Amino acid sequence: MSTPQTEKHPVRWHIAVFLAPAVIVYTTIMILPLFGTLQLSFFRQIDREAVFVGLDNFRTLLLDPRWSASFWNALGNNMWFFVVHMLVQNPIGILLAAILSSPRLRLAAFYRTAIFIPTILSFVIVGFGWKLILSPIWGVAPSLLDAVGLKVLFAPWLGKEEYALTTLSLISVWQFVGIPMMLIYAALLTIPDEIIEAAECDGITGMSQFWKVKLPLILPSIGIISVLTFVANFNAFDLIYSAQGALAGPNFATDILGTFLYRTFFGFQLQIGDPNMGSTIASIMFLIILAGVCFYLFVIQRRLRRYQF
Amino acid sequence: MATTRHSPARSVAAHAILIAYTIIALFPVLVIVVNSLKTRNAIFRSPLSLPDEETFSLVGYQTVWAQGDFILYFQNSLIVTVASLACVLLFGAMAAFALSEYRFRGNTLMGLYLALGIMIPIRLGTVAILQLMVASGLVNTLTALILVYTAQGLPLAVFILTEFMQQVSKDLKDAGRIDGLSEYRIFFRLVLPLVRPAMATVGVFTMIPIWNDLWFPLILAPAEDTKTVTLGAQVFIGQFVTNWNAVLAALSLAILPVLVLYIAFSRQLIRGITAGAVK
Repeated sequence: MSTPQTEKHPVRWHIAVFLAPAVIVYTTIMILPLFGTLQLSFFRQIDREAVFVGLDNFRTLLLDPRWSASFWNALGNNMWFFVVHMLVQNPIGILLAAILSSPRLRLAAFYRTAIFIPTILSFVIVGFGWKLILSPIWGVAPSLLDAVGLKVLFAPWLGKEEYALTTLSLISVWQFVGIPMMLIYAALLTIPDEIIEAAECDGITGMSQFWKVKLPLILPSIGIISVLTFVANFNAFDLIYSAQGALAGPNFATDILGTFLYRTFFGFQLQIGDPNMGSTIASIMFLIILAGVCFYLFVIQRRLRRYQF
Repeated sequence: MATTRHSPARSVAAHAILIAYTIIALFPVLVIVVNSLKTRNAIFRSPLSLPDEETFSLVGYQTVWAQGDFILYFQNSLIVTVASLACVLLFGAMAAFALSEYRFRGNTLMGLYLALGIMIPIRLGTVAILQLMVASGLVNTLTALILVYTAQGLPLAVFILTEFMQQVSKDLKDAGRIDGLSEYRIFFRLVLPLVRPAMATVGVFTMIPIWNDLWFPLILAPAEDTKTVTLGAQVFIGQFVTNWNAVLAALSLAILPVLVLYIAFSRQLIRGITAGAVK
């Protein structure tokens, strides 16, 4: 391969050598198991033998009352989990990024570093740490509320069915707000000074400058963040498992698809683990995520205008 | 112009919002770390005060030291993270170089194939991954985790590095070719050093989810001698739920190394995230 005119070589082996390790690992550990899981969802163990049952597993999951209640509960909870992220995490992230990107702001590096810290912590720390802080046994949350005169508002949020899921969603927002903040911050930095100056010459400053000039320019980044949030949320598991355990209590109020998959696949308490039903749930999650990603790629992204500077 | 953008009132408001959010972000972490250094009574009596001579105590850390095998867990996490990171960076850079440097049939298709994994999480294949690991006898080995994390990290690494490698000057590589360097040497000697900043960014992005992952250690390697720190802390906390000193100490021990690493590398990380922006 020492000749300079690689174009004229019939077989350029080095291309294969460069690609091989990544393609082999990626294909065997990721792509094949993904299809393997899809395939498993069409089988069922009957007398220790895998029998092809077509779409029966899906029918069981969606229609059989023993399964469907848990499934729809998990799916609904997952939806709410996502909605809370979209409504709270992204606006806060955009707000923080907009403030951080204002020129000559002092201590910007400190704020950026500090606000990103929760994002690097593991779910175990976040889940359990918040569980302790919100615990009625330990007085941190009540005494904080007491300090501002709002003690009446305190409730064991993680223990009440009606609040637990929202509380956990907000904890997750607390943890991940750094990601939209950083991505939007990066997008805001790419806006050329000339555009901002032109806007200022036209008398557009402050808030209206943000709404009329900057926001349209960062819409593609907001789109990417939304789809990343969607994928991450419909694949979430760790936080719920760390804070509430595999049973996603109280009374399955915080059960999302990830924890439902884990319980079904591995079993819990008296129920025996079932790889085929586990695969079925994983397949449905796959379809949901695929649908979300396709919606983003073919509907949202096409309508967003990208500006080249 | 400066006057329109920087009225003092706006600046005060900006700092007020940022300080408020910084407190929200840091407060829970501080509460955990501070209380881990107090006696049991003090933890409950005054959770918000700093430890003083009377209330200072390391009893939680002693319990963790005596009961948990955290050194081993750390070692496991370190091996898994460093090995996966090395594989992701090396394999990812090689594939990115092939995709960005050569025109060959199927180039775009290969790029798309490798990018699929950015959007589709590897977790969905867990059932079949476990079967694969059982079949190849890799359950409860660190190798299983390293393989999975390598596959998990590759798509994003290839995607980001391809973008960066396209910016490496063509003339430089051609000059190398005229000097008789092989394609491999051009990659290792010329291109790799030039994309080092991008590699650092990819490294940080790859490392954090690997270090923090609970799912795969729980499923593929839950044995005592292959537990990672994240799983180890989870199990330990589960067993010592009522021993608040020990739980807080275990949480602090899990927080501190990541925090130290992050503060050491935060400049690099943030420069990496905004690198595309200020190029």
